[in-house]
Amino acid sequence: MKDSPTTEHNDAGPSHGGVGTDLAAPEGAALDNRFANPGLPAHRYRTTDIDPAAAKRAERQVSTIFLLSAVGTLVFLVGYFALPIDDDKSLGRLQLSTMVLGLGLGFAIFLIGIGLVHWAKTLMPDHEQIELRHDIRGTDEERRDASNIILDGVEESGIMRRTVIRNSLIGAMAILPIPAVVLFRDLGPLPGTVLRESLWEEGVRLTRDPDGTPIRAADVTFGSVFHVIPDGLSESSHPIEEKAKAAVLLIRIQPEDVQPLEGDLAVRNDWDYDGIYAYSKICTHVGCPVALYEQQTHHLLCPCHQSTFDLTQHCKVIFGPAKRPLPQLPITVDGEGYLVASGPFPEPPGPSYWERGASA
Amino acid sequence: MSSILTDKRTATLAGYVDDRVGASKIVKTFARKIFPDHWSFMLGEIALYTFVVLLISGTFLTFWYTPSMALTTYEGSYAPLVGQTVSEAYETTLNISFDIRGGLLMRQIHHWAALLFVAAILAHMARVFVTGAFRKPRELNWIVGCLLAILALAAGFTGYSLPDDLLSGNGLRIISGVIQAIPVVGTYLAFFIFGGEFPGEVIIPRLFILHVMLIPAALLALIGVHLGLLVLHKHMQFPAPGRTNTNVVGYPVFPVYAAKAGGFFFIVFGVVVLMAAVVTINPIWAYGPYDPSPIGAGTQPDWYILFVDGALRLMPGWLGPIPTEFTTFGYVWSLNILLPGAVVPGLMIMALFAYPWVEQWLSGDTREHHLLDRPRNKPTRTGLGVAALVFYVVMALAATNDLVATHFHISINDMTYVLRTLFFVGPPLAFWVTKRVCLGLQRRDRDLALHGRETGRIVRTADGEYFEVHEPLDVYERWNLVQQEADQLVPLPTGKASGLDKLRARMSAFFFEDRIEPVTPAELEAAHAHDDGHGRALEGDTDPHAVSASGRGSETGHGH
Ligand code: HEM
Ligand code: FES
Repeated sequence: MKDSPTTEHNDAGPSHGGVGTDLAAPEGAALDNRFANPGLPAHRYRTTDIDPAAAKRAERQVSTIFLLSAVGTLVFLVGYFALPIDDDKSLGRLQLSTMVLGLGLGFAIFLIGIGLVHWAKTLMPDHEQIELRHDIRGTDEERRDASNIILDGVEESGIMRRTVIRNSLIGAMAILPIPAVVLFRDLGPLPGTVLRESLWEEGVRLTRDPDGTPIRAADVTFGSVFHVIPDGLSESSHPIEEKAKAAVLLIRIQPEDVQPLEGDLAVRNDWDYDGIYAYSKICTHVGCPVALYEQQTHHLLCPCHQSTFDLTQHCKVIFGPAKRPLPQLPITVDGEGYLVASGPFPEPPGPSYWERGASA
Repeated sequence: MSSILTDKRTATLAGYVDDRVGASKIVKTFARKIFPDHWSFMLGEIALYTFVVLLISGTFLTFWYTPSMALTTYEGSYAPLVGQTVSEAYETTLNISFDIRGGLLMRQIHHWAALLFVAAILAHMARVFVTGAFRKPRELNWIVGCLLAILALAAGFTGYSLPDDLLSGNGLRIISGVIQAIPVVGTYLAFFIFGGEFPGEVIIPRLFILHVMLIPAALLALIGVHLGLLVLHKHMQFPAPGRTNTNVVGYPVFPVYAAKAGGFFFIVFGVVVLMAAVVTINPIWAYGPYDPSPIGAGTQPDWYILFVDGALRLMPGWLGPIPTEFTTFGYVWSLNILLPGAVVPGLMIMALFAYPWVEQWLSGDTREHHLLDRPRNKPTRTGLGVAALVFYVVMALAATNDLVATHFHISINDMTYVLRTLFFVGPPLAFWVTKRVCLGLQRRDRDLALHGRETGRIVRTADGEYFEVHEPLDVYERWNLVQQEADQLVPLPTGKASGLDKLRARMSAFFFEDRIEPVTPAELEAAHAHDDGHGRALEGDTDPHAVSASGRGSETGHGH
């Protein structure tokens, strides 16, 4: 049954399944209500099979293609030595070099492929051949033998009889992976409270990113945006990690455009300085910098997933996947007229995390 | 037969190898194995060949690339960045691009090959899915394939991060944010993976070793298993005259298939190099080094990650007044991140792994299948496949919402609302349309099989009636249209049916109820009788080339 032709019919359907590996094969099924496979059609010969001149032509084509490949390799070599990129450091030269090397090498490789395929298609025999499939599964006898071997082996090992050995082995093996897990403990430190801390605290000057120069309140005109880092960032021990938490946007807007906060949050109504507002630049979604400011609407937009924060509503989320407003940095000016923080962020800046807790 | 043993030196060499590894047996077993041919079988080949290209080009890159986040001052050939503080990873990637002849070409080869690699894998998967190539006995190879696809994404993502440029750094930032959102362990996981706070100093070296060793090794091993199983099972083939469930019709490995497949390797490799020669990809010098503060508009990851990024964009942080992130007992549940970032991809992957068993359960069909399905003959499966594709494409499109919006001058928000709607409506709609189209195509097949092809010739009968002459198909053409089996429903078991039985019967009906029965000889005869009555059919139903009228005949008739 296993090697019988099978495309004809099978009306056994779902119940036909069962154990083992039936090929989709008929078992005395009614063949008359299905068509019979007509078998392979007669072979069609190619011109190269019948016409020696055509074969000769194909042969010439294939060898020409291979020769052109060699030309590609030569182009590559000439390009490599004739087009140095260290005396002329322009992007144009680099692009030229890349292109000459690439086209030379590319065609050298590509044409080998084309030649091989053309050769195979025109000149190698194209008679389709038939191979029979065989069952993937073993015969019943083979299955029986195999399972006997396993059973005998299990019996010889005594693993089922000698339960003390077996159980102690299972126990020992069960705890063996633990060191493999424990070993990874030192991949990193525990989070502790570092995500709550940033370089901002009372009196720290707001400085320009990236040069670190302090910002005079008088320089912040209406509608202008400053990208801000805390003073002393470059001297800190981990400047990039600190910057990833402490980056701030500074924007000046007419104070009456901003809706006042009420209740517990009313204290924040004077966290700006004369309409100059400082907000964390790190998106409360998953942490991209919120770098785009739309002047007319006073919206801040995160380019990663378009969370939109409304400056007139204390950076409340008005669109997109973020849920929390950007944390506001309270600011004022120092004796010299430079902007300084009047305290730390009221809550951890950046994306949420499990232990972060509720925010205001 | 001219033997290779007639040449003395080859004979000695061949004998030497055979004495030591039994090469003659290997040649006998494999050299004449038959492989069927079809253009869609080349998709998997493209994946394999681009992987080889990745191994070659990637190894070249390792000779100069330094996986280090230590900061240094850039002093290389690219003037605009001279004097900037950059990581060694970024610096050496710039050096490969600007100071090594052919280095930029190699980087671009590597990157283009990566894009093509993932694309070929996904296209190959789609082919396997819609043709039912995952059915018994190949379910396990479907699993291996799914693992390969996941590893390919991992390979791409880890590689993309290595240059430590602004774009890839923001990609890592997003990943770290998603990891942090995982309940209970998220913060710890992020700290372990990044060796502390983001970005830390270890993530690039860690990704590097995953990228150049662990993932390629796992890919290589699984590709070995994948191809091993392929040889064991033998390739499937499309149904056609002479091709049955118990044979393979095609070309022998040596020489025809080897020449074609080997040639195709060079073609794929060549095309990748040509693309790398003329199309710039990932110009990291234009993005600048990673810095947590600046960012450009239009930040997109490589295309295969778009769907996750798009899902993150589609999910609103607020559903009207209801937040999708909330706090219980001081602990944060960020559903706005978890649903799109982990749950949706997780469910997609689970569905992918489980599909062969689900379908098997619903069809009750546990036989071996070696003939592929024509996609139209399995309307529900094909519909599900297209629905999944639409689901994927909608999410990927969402990751380009800002580009699309600015390009077409529509608001990003409107664009997002449309895509949110499509996220829910698109897949069912695609399913429904595809299923109808498949059924329509089957109906057309039936018509064609029954009444033949329209010839455009109009004939007037003696009674003055007009008919278009239909030309009957020959047996070979017809076979392709009538060979399929009718689908079977799993019925409710007689007697007491459990809830599971009922579910199974209902889902089975959903799968297989709408179907077009294949034409039977009796129907054809009836149609002919009918057509002849109207003088429609022409003679010529028999074909002189027919080897034999039965499948068995076709096998013995063309023995080898
Ligand atoms: C297995 C599939 C692989 C994929 C999908 C892949 C993908 C990528 C991608 C997208 C990049 C970024 C390239 C850029 O634009 O700069 C990259 C970089 C890199 N890959 Fe791979 N890669 C693979 C395998 C390998 C292997 C096997 C090696 C080495 C043995 C390797 C070595 C490298 C190196 C050193 C870089 C960094 C240098 C650079 O970015 O220019 N890759 N990879
Ligand atoms: S990181 Fe800002 S919207 Fe996602």
